[in-house]
Amino acid sequence: MNQCDLAVIGAGPAGMAAATEGARLGLDTLLLDEQVAPGGQIYRNAEGMRPGDFALLGDEYRRGAELAAAFRASGAHYEPGSTIWHVGADGTLGVLTGTGARLISARRVILAPGAMERPVAIPGWTLPGVMGAGAAQTLLKASGQVPDVPVVIAGSGPLTWLIACQLARAGVAISALLVTTPADRIARALGHLPRALRAGGELLKGIGWIREARSRGIRIVTGVTALAVQGEGRAEALTFTTASGRDSIPASIMLLHEGVIPRIHLSLAARCRHVWDEAQLCWKPETDAWGATSLDRIAVAGDAGGIMGASAAETLGRLAALDAASRLGRISTVERDRTAEPQRAALARHTTVRPLLDQLFRPLAGLLTPDDDATIICRCEEVTMADLRDAVAQGATDANCAKLLTRCGMGPCQGRMCGPAVAAVIARAQNVPVEAVGTWRIRFPVRPLPLAALAALEGGLDAEPEE
Amino acid sequence: MFRKMHPPATAVTIFVDGQPVSADAADSVAAVLLAAGVVRSRNSAVSTSPRAPYCMMGVCFECLVEIDGEPDRQACLTPVRADMHVRTVPA
Repeated sequence: MNQCDLAVIGAGPAGMAAATEGARLGLDTLLLDEQVAPGGQIYRNAEGMRPGDFALLGDEYRRGAELAAAFRASGAHYEPGSTIWHVGADGTLGVLTGTGARLISARRVILAPGAMERPVAIPGWTLPGVMGAGAAQTLLKASGQVPDVPVVIAGSGPLTWLIACQLARAGVAISALLVTTPADRIARALGHLPRALRAGGELLKGIGWIREARSRGIRIVTGVTALAVQGEGRAEALTFTTASGRDSIPASIMLLHEGVIPRIHLSLAARCRHVWDEAQLCWKPETDAWGATSLDRIAVAGDAGGIMGASAAETLGRLAALDAASRLGRISTVERDRTAEPQRAALARHTTVRPLLDQLFRPLAGLLTPDDDATIICRCEEVTMADLRDAVAQGATDANCAKLLTRCGMGPCQGRMCGPAVAAVIARAQNVPVEAVGTWRIRFPVRPLPLAALAALEGGLDAEPEE
Repeated sequence: MFRKMHPPATAVTIFVDGQPVSADAADSVAAVLLAAGVVRSRNSAVSTSPRAPYCMMGVCFECLVEIDGEPDRQACLTPVRADMHVRTVPA
């Protein structure tokens, strides 16, 4: 199918809900997703869960199967295994399936690529054995696979506690959980507690994980301010710093986590306007209450528009689909607004806990901009802290200038892994807010594709819009 | 490095650097490499230092391998197939 009313990109909670709602409202809807099955990262393998898996992962994962079933029954078209390499302001999408590329024209596009873990650039983080905590969780959900050696988990955020519990339930030995959440944060975050308490379940769930990790006897080290990986050819030990000095734990698998950030390469490539979110320390597309971006045909739903969590993502997906149906003439704005009322109430409920989480788990500045000169920031092009400091000394005042001087962000990941750190390092070196440093100028193809596939395209592409 | 908690639903054999490896047909190439104890999936482009899957969701590109003759495929986004030939990049 090369034309549709509504194209939704990403089959996580936001994308599944948006496509389901779009089809229900009579829009010819197409959901494109990179994975082989619906669920996104949070509900990875939602349709393949065994009964025992919920005891391991938690009951909230049942929601993924419900969303996937509703989506499958919705009548929306579904193309899994599709990589999006272009998003145009006019609703043109470049899609790669296998080795074949094609263009799709959509009257409206909802981008729902979700979130990624915030990269944690510490010394030695490129060594095999170092992974994101979310990567270990993906292996658990998608493949029923767990580490066969003791692991160390390090960082800040609910996922550090959750993955510790999940791996422990699966019988994995956890050498330590190193907590980088500063103790004084807890006192400051208490101000958000009355509001967060209204979220009830969400907050209790998190407290439950902390309790479980403690009751399982996992060694928990709090007040960790710096991390470094040692090893020859692979990770062998994790060194950490606390007020009482430096210590080291031997491990061949270590899982890092400092929260998640929106995936913005598609919205950047489309040239949607982006804003800096100081509370969540990330860039995100500017959106209205329906997820509509600065571009007429493009909306964003779910964590890709700012981190709100899986339940809120569902709601945001439905709101974006309602707005699409209204813009495309299927429903009136009155009907849109009326149908949205219960969704807005749900959204308010789902987001009550967010300010507390943002404040509590805000990453330490020292972890985002390492002091050690040899630390690799750009993993692909192996650009170090020293290289970036040199670039600033040569006059690089923004991320794109640093890119030209050092090649950071020019490797296969196209700056996905180094973008946040590059901006933070330049900002810190110049003592300006990250906002002033800006973010990457991203051009299509936003993911690599074979040149032969591009050459075989019928019709070709229009020139990139100028700013 | 990783172990599977359940026997494979559908077992297939793939070849990693010429060696047969048993895999679950539902798994990604990257998951199979990790379960097979393959420590390094590629070498970095600049210093040829060893790299392994980091994100398992298609953003880090550390799991780039050659699959059936095609270079630079993202192993974490590619499901295994029977008789697939995967080549990591040795030093």
